[in-house]
Amino acid sequence: MVKFLQRTYVFLIFAFLYLPIAVLIALSFNASRSRGTWGGFTLQWYVELFQDRVIMNSLYTTLLIGACSALVATMIGTAAAIGIHNARGWQRRLVMNLTYIPVLNPEIVTGISLMILFVFSKVQFGYMTLLLAHITFNIPYVILSVLPKLRQLNSNLYEAALDLGAEPWYAFWRVILPEIMPGVVTGLLLAFTLSIDDFVISFFTTGSGVSTLSITVYSMARRGINPKLNALSTIMFTAVLLLLVIVNVRQAREERKGRKENEQQEVGFRIIGTVDAAGIDPERVQQEAGNPLRI
Amino acid sequence: MTRSRAMLPYVVWMTIFIVVPLFLVIYYAFTTRDANGTALTLANFQRAFQPIYLKVLARSLKLAVFSTAVCLLLGYPVALIMAGKAFSRKSTIMLLFVIPMWMNFLLRTYAWLTLLERNGALNQLLSRIGLPTLNILYTDYAVILGMVYNFLPFMILPIYSVLSKIDQGVIEAASDLGANKLVVFLRVVLPLSLPGVVSGIIMVFMPALTTFVISRLLGGGQYTLVGNLIEQQFLVVGDWGFGSAISMVLIVLILISMAVMSFFEKGEEGATLW
Repeated sequence: MVKFLQRTYVFLIFAFLYLPIAVLIALSFNASRSRGTWGGFTLQWYVELFQDRVIMNSLYTTLLIGACSALVATMIGTAAAIGIHNARGWQRRLVMNLTYIPVLNPEIVTGISLMILFVFSKVQFGYMTLLLAHITFNIPYVILSVLPKLRQLNSNLYEAALDLGAEPWYAFWRVILPEIMPGVVTGLLLAFTLSIDDFVISFFTTGSGVSTLSITVYSMARRGINPKLNALSTIMFTAVLLLLVIVNVRQAREERKGRKENEQQEVGFRIIGTVDAAGIDPERVQQEAGNPLRI
Repeated sequence: MTRSRAMLPYVVWMTIFIVVPLFLVIYYAFTTRDANGTALTLANFQRAFQPIYLKVLARSLKLAVFSTAVCLLLGYPVALIMAGKAFSRKSTIMLLFVIPMWMNFLLRTYAWLTLLERNGALNQLLSRIGLPTLNILYTDYAVILGMVYNFLPFMILPIYSVLSKIDQGVIEAASDLGANKLVVFLRVVLPLSLPGVVSGIIMVFMPALTTFVISRLLGGGQYTLVGNLIEQQFLVVGDWGFGSAISMVLIVLILISMAVMSFFEKGEEGATLW
């Protein structure tokens, strides 16, 4: 009985979380423009969506900025993680605190501060400023994904490679990098998703004529209901679902491999790892910092 | 170790794009510009503390506190149930809480626009089953609903993560020593879960306090929270000094609330500010 009540409660919460999405998906196939009535099945809104130049342009911008910023952020972030892993004392603490500023700072403050910087240095607002901003808020998440992998790394491996005659760079490329690759890939995917999902920072750092999907959605939603947005939501929800399934299958395989060492690295962590994609994760912040840190 | 040099590009990058911009915000907040040049001033802060702006601040705080409380009340039982024995395959079910969060934030908020409209899906349903219709769009309630909807998983996940790590032996020990279920919960489970609760509160409260999107879309054009105020100052009015001052007030507010929260968390392995 208690079990039944508990399940019902969780089910109700799921209904709360998923019903709005379900309604959007249903309406995206509704031929009638008014929300209340069902006018028959149609794909009209999808056709219109793909013919909408503004939406398609912003989709292109979003993917372009997402891919570029994720790549650059992954390179800088992975190097930084290796540096941080090897740094000690005040240097390490300083850099870790630096890492948490964009994670903890309200997005709107990061947004306006970057906007001031770009105006101040007279950079033309547009793709460039958008890209720089996205790289900036992405790097910390790459670092936070790579660092745990570095900690699991057996430090003797690198030494062994050197003893066997490998140049440091070669040892990094052939020994360290393959070992930390899962973390690097997670960081890359995380950065890409964060970039695609971002609205606030993009909103303040983009120029006229350049807008990401989020910005376009914002300006369309401000004008009210638009069936094309329903179709867009459906597509994005499906895409996210697919991406998550892929990532989780990957991680599950990874976990099975690493189960021997860390038996109790339980589920929570994997999910939390996914959570900080969407925002901050003070818990990990806590583990990582271990010292008072502030904005 | 020379390998620590690998973080150099990162440090340079973050200095340019994070540290310098923050100092620029501080600079703008404390200066005023006119024909005669730039001068130090506290006028921006004086203005930020005028009653009309204090009201905006108070309203933002009120809504953020309220939606955080709702998230906690709804979310804690979920986390508790999930950590218990009601479900097998917990990781899959927990994933179901994460999926909606990965859909674009704006589209999620937009979904409620469709639902809450005067002729929207919710009212159609209500009138069909003979209940009075609900017109809460463009009110506080809609904004709170939007916040709870968007941020609820942020409350559930950290609490669940802490609860599922609690050593079952401790709970068994408490019952063996004669504690009933309520006492076990109040004296053992609840205190042990506090770090998760604190994390959850921070993760909901912060975005709720600073959002300008939810208030703009669900609260309507005239609706102003502190986030909207900052946005207006930078993108509409162009008063960067005042906008920067409010941003600083916002940061201080967040720091204070974090310090307050960490006060409740004391005893958990060294009281860090978090």
